[in-house]
Amino acid sequence: MPDATGLELIAQRVRSSVADEAVTGTSYFRGRATLEVAPHAVHDVLAYLQAGDEEPWDALMSLHGCDYLPEEPRFGIHYELLSMERTDRLNVKTRVGLDNANVPTVVDLFPTADFHEREAYDMFGVVFDGHPDMRRILLPEDYTGYPQRRDFPMGGEPVLFTFNENKYPRWYD
Amino acid sequence: MEVTRTRTNGAADMRVRGLKAQQMLRGELAGKDLDEFVEERLLFTQLETAQNWARKNAIFPLGFGLACCAIEMITVIGSPRNDLARFGAEAIRFTPRQADLLILSGRVSIKMAPIIRRLYDQMLEPKWVIAMGACSSSAGMFNNYAVVQGADKFLPVDVYVPGCPPRPEALIYGIMKLQDKIMGTPDMGWRERYQAYGTEEDARPEALRESPLDQEEPGGPRA
Repeated sequence: MPDATGLELIAQRVRSSVADEAVTGTSYFRGRATLEVAPHAVHDVLAYLQAGDEEPWDALMSLHGCDYLPEEPRFGIHYELLSMERTDRLNVKTRVGLDNANVPTVVDLFPTADFHEREAYDMFGVVFDGHPDMRRILLPEDYTGYPQRRDFPMGGEPVLFTFNENKYPRWYD
Repeated sequence: MEVTRTRTNGAADMRVRGLKAQQMLRGELAGKDLDEFVEERLLFTQLETAQNWARKNAIFPLGFGLACCAIEMITVIGSPRNDLARFGAEAIRFTPRQADLLILSGRVSIKMAPIIRRLYDQMLEPKWVIAMGACSSSAGMFNNYAVVQGADKFLPVDVYVPGCPPRPEALIYGIMKLQDKIMGTPDMGWRERYQAYGTEEDARPEALRESPLDQEEPGGPRA
């Protein structure tokens, strides 16, 4: 892991090479370095980190979504980069809101992002612009809603236990 | 069906019976001896009972697994330790056209449910379903958006086997319960409730359905 100083250096290089407003912040928490970027700059930043930087990050290990509902903007998209050469990891995070849940795709940089982005779309409804095949991957095609959003109903059926028996009066009818 | 057997006492008794059979064939038995001989060897029953007896002792399960219970089901059906062949249900068929029994071994996700229903519709009558484990019986711990809350939402289930997963003995007991059901009360009106009659798909192309080939040719079986 790059330490806090190394993270700041990376952020500095990204700012000077990509755009000043591309990096919105950095955080270093429990040994994990995280670069927070603006959603529209994700593709450029990852392209730079993959090939342009003096310390390249050649593999995308994971891309996943997250819903921080009370906060705004609520959706987070996390990219976890790995350098096999230096055995080093870097997290890149971006945040989008419900009304503009669009992030540029990184499939052209990392082909593995194809299914990851489809899953994030399936579960959170975040649309990845430029993705070659943006449809549901796990749920049925005719499913409505995005079940991993925090305001999505849990589903299932109420289960009768002794502690909530009085909430379902005459359940045995 | 009542099957009564007379206990034989060793090889000598067997020889006596053999000699008696020889006598009968030669036409030397008569009167009380002949009556006894016939009584020993004839069995009277109803056609339905005999049919059900044959069905319950030759259940062909569909080779079909859903989740972790499938591992346990494979152990029950396939391993010599549990040996489902004792109950005549070890011959797994990997096509629903030849299978009698659908064992729902695992959670049924909403994406899998139409496929399972289609498999069920492709099976030919008579057919039975065992919901194996908590998940396929009632969704178990998966009380959420992705899992069907009990396979009996879309299928007529004959036997529910609880457990997570059930012990091999439990599944064997479930199959024995199904055998009892086949012998005793094969129809509890569930097929009607789930509109499961007459849903078998005709796999032949449109032109071949209801063709003259379907009619039995007079004068012997067709080639």
